[in-house]
Amino acid sequence: MTPELESAYRGRKLAARVAPAASGAAVVLALLPLFAVFAYVASHGARALSLTFFTEPVGVRGAGMANAIFGTIELVVLASAMGIPLGIAAGLYLAEYASTPLARAVRFSADVLAGVPSILVGVVVYAVVVVRMKQFSALAGAAALAVVMLPLVTRTTDELARAVPDSLREAALALGAPRWRTALFVVLRTAAPGIRSGCLLAVARVSGETAPLLFTAYNNRFFNESLLDPTSTLQVQIFTYTMTPNDDWHAQAWAAALVLVTLVIVLNVLARRLVAEEESG
Amino acid sequence: MTQRALSTPPRSLRLSVEGNGGSADRTFGAIGAGAAGALGLVLIGVAASVARVAWPSIEATGLSFVTTSAWDPSRDVYGALAFAYGTLVTSFIALALAVPVALGVAVFLTDLGPRRFQRPVSSLVELLAAVPSVVYGLWAALVLAPLLRTTVQPALARVGGPLFRGPNVGFGVLCASLVLAIMLLPTIASVSRDVLRAVPAELREGALALGATPWDALRLVVFPHARRGVFGAVLLGFGRAVGETMAVAAVVGSRADISPSLFAPGYTMSSVIANEFPAASSELHVAALAEVGLLLFVVTVAFNVAARVLVARSREGAPRWREAAPRPGAGEAA
Repeated sequence: MTPELESAYRGRKLAARVAPAASGAAVVLALLPLFAVFAYVASHGARALSLTFFTEPVGVRGAGMANAIFGTIELVVLASAMGIPLGIAAGLYLAEYASTPLARAVRFSADVLAGVPSILVGVVVYAVVVVRMKQFSALAGAAALAVVMLPLVTRTTDELARAVPDSLREAALALGAPRWRTALFVVLRTAAPGIRSGCLLAVARVSGETAPLLFTAYNNRFFNESLLDPTSTLQVQIFTYTMTPNDDWHAQAWAAALVLVTLVIVLNVLARRLVAEEESG
Repeated sequence: MTQRALSTPPRSLRLSVEGNGGSADRTFGAIGAGAAGALGLVLIGVAASVARVAWPSIEATGLSFVTTSAWDPSRDVYGALAFAYGTLVTSFIALALAVPVALGVAVFLTDLGPRRFQRPVSSLVELLAAVPSVVYGLWAALVLAPLLRTTVQPALARVGGPLFRGPNVGFGVLCASLVLAIMLLPTIASVSRDVLRAVPAELREGALALGATPWDALRLVVFPHARRGVFGAVLLGFGRAVGETMAVAAVVGSRADISPSLFAPGYTMSSVIANEFPAASSELHVAALAEVGLLLFVVTVAFNVAARVLVARSREGAPRWREAAPRPGAGEAA
């Protein structure tokens, strides 16, 4: 072997060893902050959690965040009730009428909408809903979250419904089923497990959304009496407490973060389990 | 003629199908189109209503809005240059930090990592993306910023230079960029992973069969093939960085200044909206914040469109059976 060849060979051999090690190092570096965040949220959060955290509202002395927990759940449920049916309908339409110009334009705008910063959704809902109703409200917050959900649900439904084999559609049509029955009872049903998990992921995503709520649901130190009142959420409350210099409030924020992260992760794990079950079954 | 008729049965199928459902089908189609149309309207509505709220400010400040950096709501002086600067600087630093690590993770997951680690690492990276941004903000403000103040920034200050100068409070451009980098990482890593996976297996196998090491195959065959898609992933990450609000608002320092120092407090387009919009007093203040939002909208939409085009094109390069499979109306010749 000539010396040049040998050195080239050594270089390749070295690179073949170094590259996987470097990629492993990148993985460690990437997961470091994840573990750091989890460790802090778990330890600081667990220390600050107490029974009153779950039973008393923010505005009571020595208080908890019962109203914020309730508000987060209330807003997510309302937003899902608006966003999921609309998203599934739109996604099914996109899949079943994939080649019309309207469908293509809508698919494109769903992608773009998914990339629009969520704080802008807050600005829009503020301009359209809050200004008109002359107050911050749970309804406005839920509408903002629904807009954030919409493109996620639509695109998941679209992708999964398009993956349903055409032979199933043709079989249904050949049996005399009209298109709407084919879409609802054959295509949608076949794609349902995946769509369910996609919806859960969308719910998980908006459970942590804060920016669109800052000036739609706003905040409240007590339980909101109706959907038309300003409403506290864990997310906004965490942010409010983060920005204060008060240690007690920081402790409360950690506890709220622990509850919120647990909620989001449970939803994520559920969604993934659905997919896994589908794959194995 | 017969040949053609044979190859396109779904047309005739569709005709007969219209007969099946009649008015119910038309209703169903209309409902679907309505829902889909609503989605399109939302996008147009976002642009239109932000622009409408912003109009007084567009009229009042004109071009000086984007060329000056003085921002003083109490005197109704509005220039957004410092916010645009802050957004760009934090996003670029975040990208510079996140991209090498994210690509390392992506190639670990596709080519270089041991197979049994790939699945758990993949789920952990997705978990990183699932943590709400306000929680990152809390962690950054109470853990990362003090760490920067006590250890990292004094060390950097000893290095010196215009970048590492000035008062050291922890909160500032550097802290915001770091937390942004953490948040971008999973986006860039998972999109790049998908793009790398879409490279046809034959290319990898061919390279390996010719005696390439896995790294050589990656460097000489896989990566060039996936280059455009990876660039798209980076652009997508940039779009996320620009729009990210809560974590940045918690640690950026909230001052509308243009300073070369990374220790200095800054401001970004999204975080100024988050901080000032709820308390905005005058109509012009609201309008100016909405105009910042309009700028943000234009920037993120531009980047997202570019990124999606790139990612989609690079996926087209690979034969995907799902894409190749016939659609209704595309025909499935028997």
